Amino acid sequence: MLRYIIRRLLITIPLMIAASFLCFGLTQAMGDPLGEWKLQKQRPPAEIAAAEHRVGTDKPFLTRYGDWAVNFVQGDWGTTVGPGHGTVDVKDKVLRASWISARLVIGAELIALMIGVAIGVIGAVRQYSIFDYTATGFAFVMFSMPLFCIALMIKTVGIQFNDFLQDNGFGRWIRTAGPPNGGFHGSFTDLIYQYSGAFILPTICLVMIQFAIYSRFQRASMLDVMNADYVRTAQAKGLSQSRVIFRHAFRNALIPIATVFALNFGATISGAIITETVFGWQGMGQLLVTSVNDKEPYMVLGFLMVTGVFIIFANLLADLTYAILDPRIRLD
Amino acid sequence: MTEFLSPAAIGTGGPPAPDISQFDTTEARKQWQVVIRRFLRHRLAVGGMAMFVFLILVAFVGGALWKHSYKVLNFPRYSAPSGDHPFGTDGLGADMVAQVIRGLRFSLQIAIIVAVVSTVIGVVLGALAGYKRGWVDSVITRFIDLVLVIPGLVIVVVMARSSFTNVPGKSGSNWLIVAMYLSLVFWLSIARVVRGMVLSLREKEFVEAARAMGGSTLRIVFKHILPNTVDVIIVNATLTVALAVLTEAAISFIGLGVRSPDTSLGLLINQNRNELNLHPWLFFIPFAFIVMVSLAVNFMGDGLRDALDPRQRRVRA
Repeated sequence: MLRYIIRRLLITIPLMIAASFLCFGLTQAMGDPLGEWKLQKQRPPAEIAAAEHRVGTDKPFLTRYGDWAVNFVQGDWGTTVGPGHGTVDVKDKVLRASWISARLVIGAELIALMIGVAIGVIGAVRQYSIFDYTATGFAFVMFSMPLFCIALMIKTVGIQFNDFLQDNGFGRWIRTAGPPNGGFHGSFTDLIYQYSGAFILPTICLVMIQFAIYSRFQRASMLDVMNADYVRTAQAKGLSQSRVIFRHAFRNALIPIATVFALNFGATISGAIITETVFGWQGMGQLLVTSVNDKEPYMVLGFLMVTGVFIIFANLLADLTYAILDPRIRLD
Repeated sequence: MTEFLSPAAIGTGGPPAPDISQFDTTEARKQWQVVIRRFLRHRLAVGGMAMFVFLILVAFVGGALWKHSYKVLNFPRYSAPSGDHPFGTDGLGADMVAQVIRGLRFSLQIAIIVAVVSTVIGVVLGALAGYKRGWVDSVITRFIDLVLVIPGLVIVVVMARSSFTNVPGKSGSNWLIVAMYLSLVFWLSIARVVRGMVLSLREKEFVEAARAMGGSTLRIVFKHILPNTVDVIIVNATLTVALAVLTEAAISFIGLGVRSPDTSLGLLINQNRNELNLHPWLFFIPFAFIVMVSLAVNFMGDGLRDALDPRQRRVRA
């Protein structure tokens, strides 16, 4: 097991290098960060040359990649380079944004997982019941829904709920434009009030799309297990149905879900981008969209690298949990 | 060679069947009949298909038949749905029926091109990797693994402002470029699926026989292996249409997809996102069309999967 982990980690290194090269290529294909600035008016060649030197576009591609990679490994992820954008430190900004996103995404994912697993298990145990059909139909509709529409509708409902609260003499509890600027403060109950108000809508939004996936997988794997011979044996020897379901079937049915959970990380990031755009969170999604619009290569690169590392480790985690949960799988 | 393989020669001893060719054609038709009948039994799938055909007709013919043009902007602004404007008018005074038809046309155009292009790339590279094995396989699969490290939506968003965002010769128009970017992301999973199937098919006896008879690589792949993967390919291509519509809508919504003078259902929603409270029809009608396309295609894909390939489980990733 330990040998396998070490081997996987070692394989990760060339993968990361290749991925960083790919990401660098992508950000270079984004276009010249000075493009618009050059078009604004005629500028003296010396000014253009100086700006190009500052951005780094005067050097050949591979040199630029090498410079960036060496600095990146040493902890200097570069700064924003576009004229008029100042010099914002990429590392600082990306890490702060990923913390904001992580707070939102982790909670939503866990809730989605729990709801999804519960619905999947009930759907499988009571197959073809009204509950099963409703859940399946709902999941199907959720698959076909554009996430941003769900988000916009939830936001509208939130605003109307706020109006309703205000009309009845309460404060506007739900925040539809990101966490408060000054951060959370006040007594413990105030904190709960502020946290829940800021998190409730984006969390609902992320849960809505993710639980559909989990419930479908959980239902399928639970059905698989419920038809297995050892479950029939357990039923035949007279164990109570709840014991059969929870002790024998449920634990084995969880194995594929662990993998789905880890591999679903990419979809989660895509979901977070949309959710943050709608609810005005200054997280990773916002960072990506604004940096792409501003043509900030190093900011986008920082985003891609952090995302890539997270996903590579999530995949590693998926393989490991699979092996831990299912002793039949030998990794080495 | 044919004498050895004809059913008459294989049948032990007895008199040869008199009309083999006729026998063969009914056999071939039968399989497709089975598929079609299985599909037609799936009511939702048939409904989905009818809906999809209807939406395609609306998108590509409806614009010419509808009384108002999308170019006319002098109707009363923000008028609610009524007899003359069943979907109302927007903030610029344009008729929403014409706008939605045009958006639907662009969305479907993009989705269908994405499905075709990504399927062709995915099938060719996947078959190549699975059949050739060795370094070709390593290069292709490693590349796919590498690109899958970054979520597809992110790749498309990053490319959205690149230097190649205009359709050559048409300044400002970028729907074709958006379709190309989406295809570049969607072929990955199709190639993976095809590679897996080809890997197992290439070890089958009939492929070995074709190889022993001296069939060239191209002939073996296209005549013997790929026909056996057609079911999975068709289902995947269908579901790609739904996924492409949703992804295109999402990137257009965040302002990094299709842009004016082109339009799409996602862009229509983006333009009307602040009208949800006051003029809800401007939001809900394009939204309803996105959901209709994606539901119709998903139902159709599910029915096709059941009809073509009953072994495959009905669980989607």
